[in-house]
Amino acid sequence: MGQRAHIIRRLLQTIPTLMVLVLLVFLMIHWIPGDPAVTMLGIQATPDRVKELREHLGLDKPLLVQLGIYVANLSHGDLGSSLIVRVPVMDLVKQRLPLTLFLVAYAMVLAVVMMVPLALLAALKKGSIFDQFVRGFSMTLIATPGFWIGILLLILFGVKLHIFPVGGAGKSPADWLYYLFLPALTLAMHVAAVLTRNLRDSLLTIMNAEHVLAARAKGLSGTRVIFNHVLRNAMVSTVTLFGLYLGWLVGGSVIIESVFALPGMGSMMISAILGRDYQVVQGFTLIYAVLVSVIYLMTDIAYSFVDPRVSMS
Amino acid sequence: MATIATPLETSPSIAVPPSPRGGAWQWTKNRALLAGVVMVAAIFVIAIVGPMITPYNPTRNNYGVAVQAPSAAHPFGTDKFGRDQLSRIIMGTRIDLSVGIICTLIPAIIGIAVGCISGYYGGKIDALFMRLVDIQVAFPFYVLLIAILAILGPGIINMYYALILVGWIAFARLIRGEVMVGKEMEYVLAARALGCTNARIIVRHMLPNIVGPALIFGMSAVVLNILSGASLGFLGLGVQAPNPEWGVMVAESREYVLTAWWLPLFPGLAIVVVGVAFSLLGDGLSTVLRRRGS
Repeated sequence: MGQRAHIIRRLLQTIPTLMVLVLLVFLMIHWIPGDPAVTMLGIQATPDRVKELREHLGLDKPLLVQLGIYVANLSHGDLGSSLIVRVPVMDLVKQRLPLTLFLVAYAMVLAVVMMVPLALLAALKKGSIFDQFVRGFSMTLIATPGFWIGILLLILFGVKLHIFPVGGAGKSPADWLYYLFLPALTLAMHVAAVLTRNLRDSLLTIMNAEHVLAARAKGLSGTRVIFNHVLRNAMVSTVTLFGLYLGWLVGGSVIIESVFALPGMGSMMISAILGRDYQVVQGFTLIYAVLVSVIYLMTDIAYSFVDPRVSMS
Repeated sequence: MATIATPLETSPSIAVPPSPRGGAWQWTKNRALLAGVVMVAAIFVIAIVGPMITPYNPTRNNYGVAVQAPSAAHPFGTDKFGRDQLSRIIMGTRIDLSVGIICTLIPAIIGIAVGCISGYYGGKIDALFMRLVDIQVAFPFYVLLIAILAILGPGIINMYYALILVGWIAFARLIRGEVMVGKEMEYVLAARALGCTNARIIVRHMLPNIVGPALIFGMSAVVLNILSGASLGFLGLGVQAPNPEWGVMVAESREYVLTAWWLPLFPGLAIVVVGVAFSLLGDGLSTVLRRRGS
């Protein structure tokens, strides 16, 4: 099967998943124990106000009709509106999604920048003190909560050394590279630790593979063998894992945004939950799920270019 | 592919030839396992005897000594209410450890059952299970947890539900994979040829081979659950203040980051120590079980 067929099949596979996602997100409000309108307004709300909200949310209509309305609204980008800030949810997404995307992409880049040299040096000096340190450090980082690393980095680089700001995202997106450095670093740490471990191990396996021994026997220089023969092949399994961890980065951003008080989607989602602003929660959950599905789709397609064997299967 | 790839083990301890004395003696040579066992045992002891060893009452306010730096009287300092941090961290061990253990054990049982059935019988049940996996994968882990808590409402019991609801799928996937490989193995074919029932084959012949991978995975699940529980506590969606859960303690310290570094430092360190203990135990177990398997 060719590459194009693989991409088309992969795109088609995404459609049913997205449909189920929409259905689940639609049902979220119906799974709330008790009357969602009462939960949203609080127990002191007058019956008139509750009735009004139920009508506003369409909760008085049959379930299937509600689903129809939900899907119809969705098709013109209407995700409902916030009960607290009284703004359409889609406007909130437009305001806040760019920062979240930037944060995740920034963390991705930092994770790669940290992982490759560490794994390479550790594998080349297997058993050395440096290798032991990298292994111990990555094990510790995997067991360390991101929110805590964030706070420690804030205290050290923000409060004590005054190198980075103590939170916020600056005045314009131009400030993001500087303002989002600590948040992105925090978010990248866990993923970098997991990937460093994986890359070090696969480097060591590949180093002893026959084609590498053959390349050495041919008399190729050490660096050339490492870069052309070892690193490229070892990256294949790390790239797969990296694709899976992109979803983790998106989820982790929810917590890290709250630590650094960043005006992204995550911090808004948490305050929406605490304020029982369900349409915001619903809309944001859907956006996150679609985002991750698209990211997986893109990594899959990119991957079929890196490793042509994928599209054959 | 002719051989079944086994996960790579590069730790130098694998190169050590099996000791002739074998058995229990060999276990003590595995430093990761030894360290993990000792640390996890110590953590369990602290969780159990907690109230007996706290130097102060962890919930009593004492404004006279509020926000004090670590000293001989209060080794980890005191918080804004003058509560002793060491005592609170000791009491928190119970909460965080329970989240880690219970939210691993229950999903493990559900996951093993579903994984066995789905992997062994295949067909419609398996197809249904795989669709469920596809959907779960589309939600980022924390977004899924948070969305469930948005529906159920914040709180400790609902946090348990959310972690259990999310956690079993990973176990089931792992076990399903093991069972699918295992059911083609000769010992299973032999058991079937002897006329064993499917239920007997699963329980008596396949389960014992699944315990190892499930145990190793379980250790990393404990770490993940403790981190998740603490993160949800930190966000205000899980355990609620004034309970001395470690994530909640870090959250409470946020207004003091400019002045009182010890308030966020020590509860976070407690999470790391417990996480490392279970990681070491998992790493050590995987070395031992793999060596025995080869």
